[in-house]
Amino acid sequence: MKPKFIKALALAVALGTGQFALAESTATTAQAPAAPPPIPTSSTADHSTFEALKQPFASGPEVTKACLSCHTEADNQLMHSLHFKWDYESPTGQVLGKANVVNAFCGNVAGNEARCTSCHAGYGWDDMSSEPEKLGVAADCLVCHDRSGQYTKTATGAGHPPLDPVKPGTKTITGALAWAVDLNKAAQSVGMPGRDNCGNCHFYGGGGDNVKHGDLSSVLYAPTKDIDVHMAVDGPNFTCSTCHVEEDHSWAGSRYDVTMSEPEAAMKPGAARQTATCESCHSDTPHPLEIASGPEAVRNMKLNNHTDKLACQTCHIPSFARGGVPTKTLWDWSTAGKMNAEGKPYSEDNWTSSTGKAMHTYMSTKGDFEYGENVTPHYAWFDGHIEYTTGDQTIDPTQVVEVNRLSGGPGDGVSKIWPFKRMEGRQGYDTVHNRLTYSHVWGPTTDTAFWTNFDWGNAIEAGMKAAGAEYSGEFDFLDTYMYWPITHMVAPAEQALDCAECHAEDGRMADLAGVYLPGSDPRGPAGLLGMAMVLLALVGVVGHAILRLVGRKSKEG
Amino acid sequence: MSKRIVKVYPRFERIWHWTQVLLIVILMLTGFSLNGNLGLVPFGPAVMFHTIAAVLLLALWIFATFWLFTTGTWKQFIPRIEGMIETAKYYAMGVFKGEKHPYRKVYMRKHNPLQAATYFVLKWMIFPAIWISGLFYLTYNMWEGSANAGFWIAIVANIHLLAAYVIVVFVIAHIYLLTIGHGFRHHVKPMVSGFEEVDLTDEQEAYLEANEPERLKPRGAQA
Repeated sequence: MKPKFIKALALAVALGTGQFALAESTATTAQAPAAPPPIPTSSTADHSTFEALKQPFASGPEVTKACLSCHTEADNQLMHSLHFKWDYESPTGQVLGKANVVNAFCGNVAGNEARCTSCHAGYGWDDMSSEPEKLGVAADCLVCHDRSGQYTKTATGAGHPPLDPVKPGTKTITGALAWAVDLNKAAQSVGMPGRDNCGNCHFYGGGGDNVKHGDLSSVLYAPTKDIDVHMAVDGPNFTCSTCHVEEDHSWAGSRYDVTMSEPEAAMKPGAARQTATCESCHSDTPHPLEIASGPEAVRNMKLNNHTDKLACQTCHIPSFARGGVPTKTLWDWSTAGKMNAEGKPYSEDNWTSSTGKAMHTYMSTKGDFEYGENVTPHYAWFDGHIEYTTGDQTIDPTQVVEVNRLSGGPGDGVSKIWPFKRMEGRQGYDTVHNRLTYSHVWGPTTDTAFWTNFDWGNAIEAGMKAAGAEYSGEFDFLDTYMYWPITHMVAPAEQALDCAECHAEDGRMADLAGVYLPGSDPRGPAGLLGMAMVLLALVGVVGHAILRLVGRKSKEG
Repeated sequence: MSKRIVKVYPRFERIWHWTQVLLIVILMLTGFSLNGNLGLVPFGPAVMFHTIAAVLLLALWIFATFWLFTTGTWKQFIPRIEGMIETAKYYAMGVFKGEKHPYRKVYMRKHNPLQAATYFVLKWMIFPAIWISGLFYLTYNMWEGSANAGFWIAIVANIHLLAAYVIVVFVIAHIYLLTIGHGFRHHVKPMVSGFEEVDLTDEQEAYLEANEPERLKPRGAQA
């Protein structure tokens, strides 16, 4: 009886999704997705029983208000976090954070607010020139805590969810066709964040799946061990916050100031800790040295010797953008704006992912793109600190400008060799002041937004104005690099880099200064001298032998 | 003075020699593999086996050193000038004319003067160079914090490699020289059986016959 029932259910689901797929091709709104797999919890509260969450909600902020009726300090905590402020003062005094920096992707938030702030952990931040709390922006509890799986935000709604009636053609932050969010269902489902909560924003940074990071893609919603040994659904099934531990709604793990190591930690899973490093759990001697493992112990001793100069990620993330979702590796803004024969914006799809997905290689709105899958990282010495080329810094346009610069070097006793995604860009700059420019790209109703009007002069002028930056009126494009530390998609141990990937001529570290790498230079000074000696010895021995033979012959003769 | 077949290489010395051969072959194959000259052993296993073989060889050398000094055999390895010119002349000229080796093996001197000088340099300069540099190489992480460690590790590695090449040259010459005179098999055999024909003084012969008869084969026996 039971198997029959399950079969019938499976058939119904299959039919249902089939209809759904059929409907999607013509419809302009979508059905809500199913709930994600539940996260084991020992919570003592069932939120579906709370009266405050059963009232009708007309907007996101109304749900937040209901949450705060019990969780009185939650919004105060969140409002002081990077997720809400997008503003970060680095130890060197640089003012960073999404609200301030220029990047090699869409460029900047200022002037493009409602599009960019669609992923803000609040509702309605539509002006970067003012801090969100001053604008009365309410915290968005659901984006992180919804466990119904059907909560989302519209792609251009400054953080608000799509509600009934959904305007046809509306997209969500993941680029999917939007559906009407059921706020009550979401509010009553709340729990600790799953990979989907974090991923719906972080997997889609830069405007699409894995565009920005390279090691954060939709593959991580339900990865196999091959992709991420920790998050694997067939393994430990970690959520993001298993590593990215939290205190007062602020998370460990920063791209601006990376915590490099915590060698003394080696704590048990679940023990209180403040950082999200590999060493926090694995220590700085992660390869076991038990005598019982025999010769392996000798190998592991040598591997442990590497942890002083190599980040764990360097060997254990052999490549990024694994699992079928490519990452953008080049973005050339300078070619944007071309029109087709009919004078309309167009796009070209000349790159196909390993799963057969056609990718834009040109868009009139954005210019030229290149992609990569299973990308070999760029390696560099890194002490954890990243300096940004902020909009007020003078640059040298004759060089490739580093949008962000990795601090550290081989001799400082702190730096390690880290893997990075090195994004190649070509983006605008002020040719008189020699500064990177901000641009106003998104703005369906403005007469200056590039994606609507295709005029760089106006778009940059408007962007500079929105950012409050001085602008000469003259612009051009220059080549840029931007570095993204690679730290996710840790492969199983047996897929870690083989020694010879680096310990060989022209290995992965060939371009890296300040490292003596056995095996990378068999023709060094001693090598050449030694080879010459061996050659001379052989010539001497062969010559000697020939003379002996000749001597013996002449004697016999 | 008479020629007798005498056990000149006691069991320990033979075990020492052939274990050393095995370990040095392993060290060469793994060492030159990990240095990028040979593709024979992958880097990881090469480092592992190189390290293990090196530690075993060091242990063997500790035993050998102890043995050399307690048995007095160390005296065999002290170089001397006497007969050096004749020996050199032989290898440079006489050998081509089919002359006899000028050096007569005696009980207390297993090595001809050139051999003794070679082993002296090998034992006092080349082997120490390779094991001292090797230990520094292996324990880099214990001194990486010192000034200019990045520079010194390159020096250490180059010394280690150069010493290794000198040992390769030694091995080439060592094997080649076995072919001179009575031939390869004849020269290798004593290091297997331990017995070799040497000149004994009457006193030595009498002493051995009285006190260590097992080291002496009967007159007229084959080696």
